[in-house]
Amino acid sequence: MVGIEEKGIKYKDIVKKIGFPTIFIGGFWILILIAGGFLGISIATLISDTIKRAGMNGILVLAMVPSIQSGTGPNFALPVGIECGLFALVCAIEFGFTGWAWLFASIAFAIPLAVIVGYFYGKLLNAVKGSEMTIATYTGFSVVAFMCLPWLMIPFKNKNMGWFIGKGLRETIQLDAIKGAQKLNDFLRFSLFGENGFITFGGEKGIIIPTGMLLMFFLCCVIVWLYFRSKSGIAISAGGINPMFAKSSGIDIDKCRIKANILSTIMGAIGIIVYSQGYGYAQLYTAPLNMAFPAVAAILIGGATASRAKVSHVIIGVIIYQGLFTSALPVANILFEGTDLSETLRMIIQNGIILYALTQVKGGDK
Amino acid sequence: MNSVKTYQRLDTTKTSTWAADNIVSLIFVAFTIFGFIVSDGVTMNYFLTELSSRFFRNTFLVLSLIIPVVAGIGLNFGIVVGAMSAQIAIAFMRYFEFGGVLGLAFTFLLALPIAGLFGYFTGVLYNKTRGQEMIASLMVCYFANGLYQFLFLFVVGVIIKVPKTHPMIKPDGVGVRMTVDLVPVEDGGLKYALDKIYEIPFMWAILIVFACILLLQLWKIYRNKNNPALYRYNKTTVLINIILSIAMIAISIYSILTNSSLMMVRKVPVVTGLLIVALCIFNELILKTKLGQDFRSVGQSQHIAEVSGINVDKTRIIATIMSTVFASWGQIMYLQNMGTLNTYGAHTQIGMFSVAALLVGGASTQKAGVKHAIIGTLLFNSMFIMSPEVGISLFGNALLGEYFRTFMVYGVIGLALGLHVWRANKKGKITLN
Repeated sequence: MVGIEEKGIKYKDIVKKIGFPTIFIGGFWILILIAGGFLGISIATLISDTIKRAGMNGILVLAMVPSIQSGTGPNFALPVGIECGLFALVCAIEFGFTGWAWLFASIAFAIPLAVIVGYFYGKLLNAVKGSEMTIATYTGFSVVAFMCLPWLMIPFKNKNMGWFIGKGLRETIQLDAIKGAQKLNDFLRFSLFGENGFITFGGEKGIIIPTGMLLMFFLCCVIVWLYFRSKSGIAISAGGINPMFAKSSGIDIDKCRIKANILSTIMGAIGIIVYSQGYGYAQLYTAPLNMAFPAVAAILIGGATASRAKVSHVIIGVIIYQGLFTSALPVANILFEGTDLSETLRMIIQNGIILYALTQVKGGDK
Repeated sequence: MNSVKTYQRLDTTKTSTWAADNIVSLIFVAFTIFGFIVSDGVTMNYFLTELSSRFFRNTFLVLSLIIPVVAGIGLNFGIVVGAMSAQIAIAFMRYFEFGGVLGLAFTFLLALPIAGLFGYFTGVLYNKTRGQEMIASLMVCYFANGLYQFLFLFVVGVIIKVPKTHPMIKPDGVGVRMTVDLVPVEDGGLKYALDKIYEIPFMWAILIVFACILLLQLWKIYRNKNNPALYRYNKTTVLINIILSIAMIAISIYSILTNSSLMMVRKVPVVTGLLIVALCIFNELILKTKLGQDFRSVGQSQHIAEVSGINVDKTRIIATIMSTVFASWGQIMYLQNMGTLNTYGAHTQIGMFSVAALLVGGASTQKAGVKHAIIGTLLFNSMFIMSPEVGISLFGNALLGEYFRTFMVYGVIGLALGLHVWRANKKGKITLN
């Protein structure tokens, strides 16, 4: 009898430690991978796609860490950072940069822009303490809707971006034309178990590793990880855990929250540039409208809550989330031919996870 | 702080409040007037026809938002769940080709238990996400939309077998088509089933409505005369209302007699109008019952309500169920007017637009009434009609107007919510000081 009881406690402890969403979604992913294997889908392709998509989305998910740690909740206003990144990216094309120069110019333009915008966004969040998540969502939506006007009205001259007839920018800008597509992905790219044995540089078969993009992602992870070990990072975390205590220890919470949201906005801006180069297209107008929700869901799947997050949650979460949906698409297409079930599945899981996290938020007392 | 006397500080806040409180409404009035000035393509007839049909289509949905606000849940974006229930009921009716006025009545009846059940679940969820209801209600729309798509794209066809030849089902026999024609009421369908029961000319409707308003004002004065201590009224508002209604009555009588161009405005559906009036009266009357008082006290302070013996959780669930059921009826009224069921898109924008309309009318997350809903629907839809016209006349581009419109919808919600929270936080600080 004692043995059974001990086992029960252990099982519960493990679930608590890893987190219910992580186990549930991770298990589901493994199930789909097994199903895919039986259906004869190439596992190597699935894993390659997963790695590629995780690398593309990673920095966007990383943007959630500072805002969650500072106590403003997941950054539902991620589109604010994304629009900064897109604006910088478009400007870099307009000034005639191509290839690597374009990539670095975009990031260089994006950072100061994101610092300014993030500062004002942080000020806004300080004014609306208590309802940050709702206001952030609508700030994001408004900014995306507002930026549709400049995309249409600013007289950009570069032929690679305009419509063939009429004014304004295209809905999707092909980055091939400025030699920007997959620039980071192809840097030191190699494949495992490909044509020539274990490692083939530039190979197309086997498990493809987009080294440059992954390096970029890990670089950002390390920066955020290190920052939260510095004095100012610890102050942010302290303000997020217990604002009253932090205040009495002499920490300026409002300033910390602004700093965290500036960092989050910068990550959003860099994230969309990395995402666009990996995707090969920059999507303007209404495309960024719902980009915050997958990122929020991913970090929650990784084990974060609406008030605590770590860099490890980002890495685990983005791999499981992207892995699940890249594998679910081909498997669902074979199992249920003629239906578009994977998109439906994505909506249910992504939003269900966010809802689950919201039910765990404390502070809503009667 | 000490250099300014307390009464002076209170005085300045008092004078600045009216404009600040109604800033969102004022922006919309200004925009509509601006639209009329710059665009020459819009005739009064076109504008009024559009506005009246949009008004009768949307008001019921906007009114369904009021009860949750009173009960302290905030703006219930989850009315989308009600809209989905309505669409399930309508799809059911359409599948069995059961239409006409009787069919419509059955649709209303069928939507009631479906929306009630989903409303219950939503209410339970709001109780679990206390303090974050608004973002939860937004996420619940997206989540429910996934389940809804699962039902209509997969369950219909794979689990529930349906004939491929049915006009509602996709040619491959799995899932419901993107758009489903609801068939005009003359041919036994649901299109205009409610609107076509009885219609009167627009100006007659204006005449009747403003005559009622006039009578209401006189009734107020009469009651005050009889019992000045019990019944009070705001003299300026009553006076403005009386002058306005007399002017509108004069205009409508003039145009009816001379048969002017205003008589060309599309006729007005009476039954739809009566249902809207009924919900307005219901929303007002329920506040006078025990349940309504419970809503109010829960909305004021959940803690005090709980201590005084009100079952807070249950009250909040009832409020959510009511809102969801009314929203489902509102969506049925909306769809019978549209005439086609846009299966995967008709419900997605409903929550956003209705909330924006209510906020434009001057409501906030804690205060909303029938007045806000009516004024808000009129103003919001005026902006909706005018913005493409403004886009064309100012920039020669209708698309720009449409982007601007989207921006206004999101911006209004963000601005109204932000201002409200900001003001509440500031108030809290002043009392602390």
